[in-house]
Amino acid sequence: MAVKNFVVGLFDDEAVLFPAVKKVRTAGYKLHDVYTPFPVHGLDHAMGLRETSLHTAGFIYGITGTTTALSFMSWVFNVDWPLNIGGKPHFPLPAFIPITFELTVLFAAVGMVMTFCWLCQIMPGVKKHIFHPRQTDDKFVMVIELTEKTNAEEVKSFLQAAGAHDIHEQQAEAGWWFGRFDKDDEPYLRKVKPVNA
Amino acid sequence: MHLKYESTLREPLVDGVKDYHQVTEDIISPIEAKPGKLWYVGFFISLALLGFGAFSVFWQIYFGVGVWNLNKTIGWGWDITNFVWWVGIGHAGTLISAILLLFRQGWRTGVNRAAEAMTIFAVMCAGQFPIIHMGRVWMAFFILPYPNTRGPVWVNFNSPLLWDVFAISTYFTVSLLFWYSGLIPDFATIRDRAKTKLRKLLYGVASFGWTGSTKHWQRHEALSLVLAGLSTPLVLSVHTIVSFDFATSVIPGWHTTIFPPYFVAGAIFSGFAMVNTLLIITRKILKLEEYITIGHMEAMNKVIVLTGSVVGCAYLTELFMAWYGANPYEFDTFFKYRAAGPLGWSYWIMMTCNVISPQVFWFRKMRRNVMVTFVMSIIVNIGMWFERFVIICTSLYRDYLPSSWSYYRPSWPEVGFYMGTFGLFFTCYFLFAKYFPVIAVAEIKSVLKTSGENFKEKMEVYEEESAEKFAHDVAHAH
Repeated sequence: MAVKNFVVGLFDDEAVLFPAVKKVRTAGYKLHDVYTPFPVHGLDHAMGLRETSLHTAGFIYGITGTTTALSFMSWVFNVDWPLNIGGKPHFPLPAFIPITFELTVLFAAVGMVMTFCWLCQIMPGVKKHIFHPRQTDDKFVMVIELTEKTNAEEVKSFLQAAGAHDIHEQQAEAGWWFGRFDKDDEPYLRKVKPVNA
Repeated sequence: MHLKYESTLREPLVDGVKDYHQVTEDIISPIEAKPGKLWYVGFFISLALLGFGAFSVFWQIYFGVGVWNLNKTIGWGWDITNFVWWVGIGHAGTLISAILLLFRQGWRTGVNRAAEAMTIFAVMCAGQFPIIHMGRVWMAFFILPYPNTRGPVWVNFNSPLLWDVFAISTYFTVSLLFWYSGLIPDFATIRDRAKTKLRKLLYGVASFGWTGSTKHWQRHEALSLVLAGLSTPLVLSVHTIVSFDFATSVIPGWHTTIFPPYFVAGAIFSGFAMVNTLLIITRKILKLEEYITIGHMEAMNKVIVLTGSVVGCAYLTELFMAWYGANPYEFDTFFKYRAAGPLGWSYWIMMTCNVISPQVFWFRKMRRNVMVTFVMSIIVNIGMWFERFVIICTSLYRDYLPSSWSYYRPSWPEVGFYMGTFGLFFTCYFLFAKYFPVIAVAEIKSVLKTSGENFKEKMEVYEEESAEKFAHDVAHAH
């Protein structure tokens, strides 16, 4: 990603945050993100984010597990080594159900969690810029990206009017990098010129 | 007509006047403080138990499976009893985290994190027993269907014992993923308020770099919901498959179709009892009485009395079928050697602990009494241990051939192994209680608005206005 300039404002209450999000969008500012300490229902819709397709991915992983289990067990018992087990049939479908079910669940769960981590770009060792240390505690942090068309002072007074407090500008890396949270190793400290300066 | 915000039916999920920051303080500050004396005492007792268990297992592996008192007649004794018991305990965690999420039971938020941790630790304990029971544990990988140089000879996919391998390992993996995905945002909370460098580093790694972005929360919600949906049939399947280990055999007392639902009910029964045992201690030591309330205990006690009665019905059904089925072997197993005979005492311990004693929970006063709940939770777990012992041993010790009839009492490595799993379980739990948020912080915050005392005060404005005006305003909200 890239280093960019942002205007950051804090909100204490969802009841103030929702109208503010709406105002920012109608005013046409570029809403980078809203960071919240817990899932705020309806905020994704208010921000105009599309629904996630994670469920669909989970379904696809699930049927992959089903087919893997069924085809593998059938291949083993019918093709690779047809073993006579007490004269029982080589394709005992009812006896295959438990393992088929377990593998369906396993594939769906593991696949979904990995997809979730990949989509959110999170994994051990990954570091991202934290705009405010209380965004994981009790503050709703709205971050507006500055573009060549926006004036920082104007955005600040706009946020002030919308009910935010502690409004300030930040220059930050918008993406992720490998780093440690005990070190101030943010790329922007290396004096990179922001792309939107 | 006036509006009423406060429900007359449901008590608040979180007691006291709290805002979001206070919730973080209450739950995270024990992690940042030095543990108390009691924690050290408990932790080192657990470690000692774990060490003794490791020694017992070493003894068994070194000298062979003969150091156990199992014999030709009784091939499954304490080992499989303990396996089924620990797996059963694990089930309540998944029930609370998954099934109650789907049923939208708000009270689960206070207890789900600790209950899921219990699930994971219990399954870790359970898994040891079948593996060590194999005798030659260094051959344990033979149970996995991998392309080998012996043919390849594959495992028997028709065998319930193999289904168990898949069920338990899937159950462990999925529970761990479900638990950890819920922990990520809470680790981020600890990370962002950490004062020491080490804590920032470690929780920074553990939190995967979570920021709390709205898009990420949206995916997180979707993930939790689907994982809950997957875990719900999974948890039912696991104990069903465990019961197949018995039900698909031809041993009188095992060969019954009632086993799957009966085992699942018993699992939930014992699991909720274990959740009560752990949480009563946890809430006291970590001073979390306002989050894990008497209401939580009452709800779990209701589940205990329900599932206890289901289990009781199953016991009676088994007795009825043993008589009505007109199979002389089954009749003898139940009426001569299970409810009577040399091991009959274990049957009556089971009956008393599982069926008779939980009936005290029909009384609200008893359900809301911490001491009664604690004592009952231990009685139920003793009872459920004996249920598995009764099913396994009283069916085996009198088999078809009277000359091979036998009796069974465990040897010290068997008892030591069991104590060792207690050590493992509590060592893990103590570490969890010290270093992990024992209550799902983010989830509590999301139910606070509908439950907190201070939000109730804010509603007084609305309660004073007329219902018509409120309805009008809501209908025309922009």
